[in-house]
Amino acid sequence: MKAMLSGFAAIVIIGVGAYFTLESLGFSSQEVYSSPNARVD
Amino acid sequence: MLRHLMALLTLTLLALPMTAPAQTDPTSEAPIAGTSVDDSPATSTGRQTLEDILARQRGEDPANPVRSHDLGGDALQAPGMGPLGASSDSDIWRQIRFNDGDIRNSTLNPNGDVLIQTGGMWWEELRKGPLRTYGGWLLLGTIAVLAVFYLIRGRIRIDGGKTGTLVLRFKFVERMAHWVLAGSFILLGFTGLFTLFGRKYLIPAFGHEFNSVLLTGSKFIHNNVSWAFMIALAMVFVMWVWHNIPDKTDIIWFKQAGGIIGNKHPPARKFNAGQKIIFWSVIVLGVSVSASGISLLFPFELPLFSHSFDVLNGWGVPGWFGFDALPVNLAPQEEMQFAQLWHAIVAFLMMAVILGHIYIGTLGMEGAYDAMGSGLVDENWAHQHHSLWLEHLQEEKPGKIRPDPAE
Repeated sequence: MKAMLSGFAAIVIIGVGAYFTLESLGFSSQEVYSSPNARVD
Repeated sequence: MLRHLMALLTLTLLALPMTAPAQTDPTSEAPIAGTSVDDSPATSTGRQTLEDILARQRGEDPANPVRSHDLGGDALQAPGMGPLGASSDSDIWRQIRFNDGDIRNSTLNPNGDVLIQTGGMWWEELRKGPLRTYGGWLLLGTIAVLAVFYLIRGRIRIDGGKTGTLVLRFKFVERMAHWVLAGSFILLGFTGLFTLFGRKYLIPAFGHEFNSVLLTGSKFIHNNVSWAFMIALAMVFVMWVWHNIPDKTDIIWFKQAGGIIGNKHPPARKFNAGQKIIFWSVIVLGVSVSASGISLLFPFELPLFSHSFDVLNGWGVPGWFGFDALPVNLAPQEEMQFAQLWHAIVAFLMMAVILGHIYIGTLGMEGAYDAMGSGLVDENWAHQHHSLWLEHLQEEKPGKIRPDPAE
């Protein structure tokens, strides 16, 4: 049970980490494709 | 004289409704001024025919060439006519549809100026038709087969009951990697199914607002949880690949149908032939679904199919099945469409395999869940399902066998 819960926690940690890492590296579609004259926020 | 004129006017007004059906009734055979009721010479008028529409939906070039050439010519540049020049809206939309317009937009995506992708109609039809139908029935059919099997065979029990002696089957890191893979796969599976079936089933049942929120969340989860799936896939591959190399014990396992049918328990090492099938299915399908998934995560950056089709054509694979050569000059949007279809097809196959795995690991076999729960299985269970592995442990690693402290 401990391994299962640890695995599920790892999913959350990896997922959140991937999101913020890719965001900070500028991989979001918004970042990649929006020109300066597009207001998407 | 005036009375005669009034009578003539009255008769004319009364007669007007009788002539109207000739102009508005589509079944009327009387021609309408300025148009043709005959479709056959449509090419001469530039009107598209039903066949043109159907051909375009099949992804073919319309038979009527005039339509694609009727883009307004120099009318757009006609001086003193405003932004559209002398072009009509129809000219503009035809330019957009046939990718011949001077499209300007604010996206930096080089493919963003394709506003209407006629060549994608086949993909849309396939996605909302056969993909949903066959994929859905595959999953429901698998569940039905497992339910029938359970009713016929029942739960596979441990012969002689539990001994009270436990054997360490999987270490913590193995179990954790398994649960990362399992948990992420379930999340990916459900969010993928919501995305594919939401428009058809969730909107009619729960409304647009619900579907919108659900799919926005599904996309977020699907994109970000995918990394955990790929990491865990690599981990289980490294940890278990040597135990899953086929050997001669697998032949005996197959001959005895894995002991599932009947009461024999064929000898097996750490993984029996059935588990090896699951392992290699997960690895092969998992790598494939990951590759197409990465291609979709970074749109237009990592095209897979043009090159793959070229290689397959070189080997003559389509000819083996009586098909023509696969297309290799794919538009960027088509690359994404092939990636989406492949991603979904492989995912459906994987879900069907995993449903069988979940069944045998929980409901179908007594004691199987403990292997991934606590990591400790009963010695009798180990003897019946992995006798060669148990013998190896008894001789080489007896420390992994100990009494159950709960007994």
